Amino acid sequence: MQADVTAKPTAVALDEATVAFRLAGDRVYTAVEKAGLRIDHGEFVAIVGPTGCGKSTLLNVAAGLVKPASGTVKIFDAPLAGLNREAGYLFQADALFPWKTAIDNVAIGLEIKGTPRAEALERAHAWLTSVGLGAFGTRYPHMLSGGQRKRVGLAQVLIRDPRILLMDEPFGPLDAQTRQIMGNLLLDLWSADRKAVLFVTHDLEEAIALADRVVIMSAGPGARIIGDWPVPLPRPRDISEIRLERDFHALHREIWSVLKDEVMKGYAQSAAG
Amino acid sequence: MSKIGLLSLQLLVAVVALAVWQLLATVPVFGRLLLPPFFFSNPIDVGSQIIDWFSRGVIWKHLFITLWESILGFAIGSLGGIVVGFWFARQPLIAAVFDPYVKMANALPRVVLAPIFTLWLGLGIWSKVALGVTLVFFIVFFNVYQGVKEVSPTVLANGRMLGMSERQLMRHVYWPSALSWMFSSLHTSVGFAVVGAVVGEYLGSAAGLGYLIQQAEGVFDVAGVFAGMFVLSAFVILIDLAVTRVERRLLVWRPDPVESRG
Repeated sequence: MQADVTAKPTAVALDEATVAFRLAGDRVYTAVEKAGLRIDHGEFVAIVGPTGCGKSTLLNVAAGLVKPASGTVKIFDAPLAGLNREAGYLFQADALFPWKTAIDNVAIGLEIKGTPRAEALERAHAWLTSVGLGAFGTRYPHMLSGGQRKRVGLAQVLIRDPRILLMDEPFGPLDAQTRQIMGNLLLDLWSADRKAVLFVTHDLEEAIALADRVVIMSAGPGARIIGDWPVPLPRPRDISEIRLERDFHALHREIWSVLKDEVMKGYAQSAAG
Repeated sequence: MSKIGLLSLQLLVAVVALAVWQLLATVPVFGRLLLPPFFFSNPIDVGSQIIDWFSRGVIWKHLFITLWESILGFAIGSLGGIVVGFWFARQPLIAAVFDPYVKMANALPRVVLAPIFTLWLGLGIWSKVALGVTLVFFIVFFNVYQGVKEVSPTVLANGRMLGMSERQLMRHVYWPSALSWMFSSLHTSVGFAVVGAVVGEYLGSAAGLGYLIQQAEGVFDVAGVFAGMFVLSAFVILIDLAVTRVERRLLVWRPDPVESRG
């Protein structure tokens, strides 16, 4: 299927990216050390690592929200300066504008680009419908459930048609069933027009079920990328069924054997700190 | 408890309180009145004074003056609070420089400013408006400042990632957040605008509810003082009801607007 690799442009390329934060006094905390990561156009990559390992930091580097202390970030072969304008970002925490209705939350991405309001609302309604919330446009975020808010968030990001989708544990706060439903919804939307996706999660099962490639990060500080597995499972996939397959288990066992040590290290550090 | 049941109990409290007052002010206990009329008047005199004011129509002018002073004090104070609150929140250096002076000005009991304002602005409405402004300004200022500062970093980052410019962030993120904080203190700031107006009138004026009370007090007309107080309470309750309606309308997006007053 990927006969001609050179024909696919690289959507995100991190090279030797090191991220450090200044703590109180003159101490410096190195969150991520010399991370290298490439995501091809149309590729779905999941980053998995122990809690606090700097997965989200890496995502923020790709978004342009955090500047690496050293190393380079290229988006479609152009060095990233400022915010990544090619990317849509789905946050872990609630990021909807609480003072806007669901439909206004979705339409805003177009309105700030200068799309006339009527057209923006029409397209926002179409997007709400495609995430299954066509009848909920007039609700404010606090009137929606956690899963519904994530759906609105997804529509809000996708209506701008970004070429890269960055997701920071987007389904983390949801219950298990809702997570699976959201995962399937995400795959449906993604398969319609394949964007490059960088999906951060601490849930290895979710990562394997969704992604083309699973990248493992070591425990922080100074987290590095320590593993990179292709996921050869066929598409289209059903998140809840794919977990039952033999290939899924084999891959899960293989990756988990590496990840387990890092998770233990992560726990030991957070217990010591 | 049903709404009607609650209302009748609330009315009962008023009826009992007025009855006890009337009784103690007119019927001697052990040979003497517990509430001498000179100091305490009685509900019937107070009521007839109120009816007299309304039937002669003299009260309307005073109500209107106090209302107008309150509205002006609230409007000007809010506008100033919003502008300065935004300015300080977006310019941390300016906020840091002015911080001790803001604290000092806010710590000052505003009543002591009333004579100065009367001196500067005369006995007309503007000295009362100025007093209201000094009270309203700080409440609105602190809330707007807080509202801009406390914008959720995630919502802000989301706005940025959606491609908002600084101006668009101002309009779609900072402004609504600041307004929500301001509206949550609407009851307090409107109340203070009325306080500024009435206290100003009381300390020196030619019209208004505060003037009415002060005049009655000047001639030891206790019924007049109480009548003025009751009219003032009713006036404040009506304003508060109006504010609640405005608040409900403006803060529909908030989970529980009535509970979250500041």
